[in-house]
Amino acid sequence: MLTKRIIVCLDVRDGKTTKGVKFKENRDIGDPVAMAEEYYEQGVDELVFYDITASSEGRGIMLDIVSRVAERIFIPFSVGGGIATVEDMRRVLLAGAEKVSVNSQAVKNPRLISEGSAAFGSQAVVLGMDAAADPRMPSGYRVYINGGRTATELDALGWARRGEELGAGEIVLNSIDADGTNDGYELTLTRMISEAVEIPVVASGGAGKPEHLAQVLTAGKADAALVASMVHLGGFTIAGLKRYLTDFGEIEIRNE
Amino acid sequence: MIVGLIDYSAGNRTSVERALAHLGIEFKVAFEPEDLVGVDRIIFPGVGEARAAMEVLRERGLDTALKEAAAQSVPILGICIGCQLMLDRSEERATECLGIISGSSARFPSGRGVKIPQIGWNQVDHRNRHPIFDGVPDGSSFYFDHSYYPTLADERLEIGSTEYGVRFPSAFAENSVVAVQFHPEKSGKVGLGVLANFARWRNESC
Repeated sequence: MLTKRIIVCLDVRDGKTTKGVKFKENRDIGDPVAMAEEYYEQGVDELVFYDITASSEGRGIMLDIVSRVAERIFIPFSVGGGIATVEDMRRVLLAGAEKVSVNSQAVKNPRLISEGSAAFGSQAVVLGMDAAADPRMPSGYRVYINGGRTATELDALGWARRGEELGAGEIVLNSIDADGTNDGYELTLTRMISEAVEIPVVASGGAGKPEHLAQVLTAGKADAALVASMVHLGGFTIAGLKRYLTDFGEIEIRNE
Repeated sequence: MIVGLIDYSAGNRTSVERALAHLGIEFKVAFEPEDLVGVDRIIFPGVGEARAAMEVLRERGLDTALKEAAAQSVPILGICIGCQLMLDRSEERATECLGIISGSSARFPSGRGVKIPQIGWNQVDHRNRHPIFDGVPDGSSFYFDHSYYPTLADERLEIGSTEYGVRFPSAFAENSVVAVQFHPEKSGKVGLGVLANFARWRNESC
């Protein structure tokens, strides 16, 4: 059986891991390379680095971090943030990332997904989506860009399906409403998207307790659960989360 | 001992290079057949799409070089696409492959309640105990990332078996050639173990 993945997300700004609440007020919490090594040792299944600097100087620092991470940890990781061209993707992949994640730039230029997957394979292209409840949209959820600050006219369900058609190999689905609340993932949204596409869906936003991961991996039908603050700051460890999920019983979990 | 690492498109070999460097295994990157002169074994990594990969191999003459190396019992490790290309053909854009081992690759069938591509960690059950898995517990999870899976003409060549909607040979070996559908370079400590085993593997037919 394919196991459900536990993925740690590190937001990186100017070479430091930061953590914000509801996309605002970031503060530095550590060195991303050292943190990546620690999570690797604890048995995390995958890592996501999200570059929230978006300045050209910051991107240079990010590439250096990617290559240092790739020298030290031997599990897959993806990199997102500020990737606007196939050349940007190539630089990140050559630095050692498995996958690149595109979000706002893919909304602005959907060909980024198709061109990226043609050049590197769909397994290398992750569609990141920020969505929030909006009763005016057909699925009940609207897509936002620019770190959740700008509303688009895209329906979350429609955009997920379109992303799959364009060649994305995976979707990281972040709920703006749940993000930073520690009250649990947005199960309705996650389940709806996961049932609508054939590619894997990674749930993001809202994890605060181990039960939340169990919920999103069962009722939410997610293929993977992304965690950030609960392991960075919340006193939970990856090893502890995996023990909890293994004991929970209904979920296949990788234990080394 | 030096490993020749086949490069057939930008970006396909970076993580294998890093893993070999970490393990202290000496390697050189091979862009064309001449680069393989003097190497003791070959790793044929893979990411991407079968037809595009075969086209590059043929353009550079690496297809013939790989077949000759297999005929001369040079140990070869094929990874992911590099595993599928060892077989006769792939359903992926109806591609003729290297034909070093008899078999073909097929797309995962839809409607089995599994997502395609398979992305993530899945168990590999040992079959016909092979030295590549020395020290690796039976049933260990490895990282997979693929939409097509290998099938063998001769099931006795299977050395690892995985279930994903269908049960398929996730590792197989014949003479000096070993092929793994998973990514050992991205499978944590058990994956590094497989790479280290390959580097020290003494095949009787060598």
